[in-house]
Amino acid sequence: MSLERFMNQAISSWMSAEGPDSDIVLSSRIRLARNIKQYKFPTLFSNEEAEAVIEKIKARVEHSSFSKMGQMELLLMDNLQPLQKRVLMEKHLISPHLAENSTYGACLLSENEEVSIMINEEDHIRIQCLFPGFQLSEALSMANEIDDWLEEDADFAFDENIGFLTSCPTNVGTGLRASVMMHLPGLILTQQMNRIIPAINQLGLVVRGIYGEGSEALGNIFQVSNQITLGKSEEDIVEDLKSVVSQLISQERSAREALAKTSNIQLEDRVFRSYGILSNSRIIESKEAAQCLSDVRLGIDMQYIKNISKNILNELMILTQPGFLQQYAGGPLRPHERDIRRASLIRERLKMEDQELGG
Amino acid sequence: MICQECNQRPATLHFTKVVNGEKAESHLCEKCAQEKGEMFMLGSGPGFSINNLLAGLLNIQPAFQESAQDPFQQEKVLQCEQCSLTFQQFIKVGRFGCASCYETFKEQLNPILRRLHSGNSSHSGKIPARIGGTIHLRRNMDELKNNLKDMIAKEEFERAAELRDEIRKLEKQLNADQKGGE
Repeated sequence: MSLERFMNQAISSWMSAEGPDSDIVLSSRIRLARNIKQYKFPTLFSNEEAEAVIEKIKARVEHSSFSKMGQMELLLMDNLQPLQKRVLMEKHLISPHLAENSTYGACLLSENEEVSIMINEEDHIRIQCLFPGFQLSEALSMANEIDDWLEEDADFAFDENIGFLTSCPTNVGTGLRASVMMHLPGLILTQQMNRIIPAINQLGLVVRGIYGEGSEALGNIFQVSNQITLGKSEEDIVEDLKSVVSQLISQERSAREALAKTSNIQLEDRVFRSYGILSNSRIIESKEAAQCLSDVRLGIDMQYIKNISKNILNELMILTQPGFLQQYAGGPLRPHERDIRRASLIRERLKMEDQELGG
Repeated sequence: MICQECNQRPATLHFTKVVNGEKAESHLCEKCAQEKGEMFMLGSGPGFSINNLLAGLLNIQPAFQESAQDPFQQEKVLQCEQCSLTFQQFIKVGRFGCASCYETFKEQLNPILRRLHSGNSSHSGKIPARIGGTIHLRRNMDELKNNLKDMIAKEEFERAAELRDEIRKLEKQLNADQKGGE
């Protein structure tokens, strides 16, 4: 398969689109957790109940489609190869828990992969909307519409006092998790992140690495999300997160300005060295690749590099994950082989940029 | 201070355990603490996740209540009728079994929710349109009743009369809805 064709299949349309503030905010995500009242939660439900949940959603889709989602596709986890699940996970469309530990887990995907509804994960239903750039409110109103559409046909577990009932008490109330993926190399280079993270935590928000809980902040990419789901309205939760993200954006911008003023040539050197590594290396580990990609993306944003498209970071961060590399190779790869594959995929991708400019 | 277990290394971890109102203090070095298995709350290895933290958080709960409550009450195992999850099981996994668990463990749950959601224990967000129908009406009515009180206090009787009519209308609607639901 040619890289171009593979990429077209691999990259969700939202990934290549540009959103507001997309020089710093890569994507915005809203997740709503819902359960159907008459069935036990996934930790204890029987296989029959699990199947009934899937049937219920299936019936909903068949009877009245939700026009904004376009053509929807239902993927049953049991029917997928481990590698296919891994690829969906690396695209953030399903969670590791759904891929590995769910019984009768499934996922309902919208055509452009902006919406993915996980079924029988920790809760019966998890509506997830993923938008490019800084678009939390837009993602929330989409998620709300899907929630209303599903509710027309299902009795959700809801309590007047404590709101939507979820399997884990950390999600009860709104069942809402709002998060943004941010690229913050300026704050890392100026060593401000260690000071900022505790301050954000105090506001009831959490900062994590790119693949969620317990993952490392590869390539200076951080995920900021709300912790509290009870006692505040959905709009307030999103507004609070938005105001913190806006502050982070302006801090990151001023850090970049300061860097340009105080260490312009050092920064330019760093950017082009990383570009050199990416376009020439024959073996590259994921950590090094992520760091170099972050440098190059910073170089593009700060206009040291002018002839490469901006979404190269978002794209290659995902394409160089182990699952994608193996899918591209057409079979399983050992870690060492992956590093070789990764290097060649990145070289090829950068060459495509040159051709586009030439042609 | 020197570790009370090995009497060699300096004690870096200081625990205070309260069991049935009895306080026991221990001062250990990291190595001995790990061996004694008291590190689980502090370990930051790959297995450490929010679940461990949550389970730890919930575990503190019974200690508080045991000392305050009648010792005979402990014998009764709290169990959800719907899915037969016990409170002990819930503490272990940090997950509920079904929607009724929230009702069954209501008393134990409130302080936990407050701790998890920085002091909040009641929902003020979205109400589902269909099943939440009467909740919407009731919330509206509570608001109107409050307004009515305000208006009477301010002696704005004209506005108060309007509000009274609105409340009557809502009451009728509520009654009709409830009959329709039965």
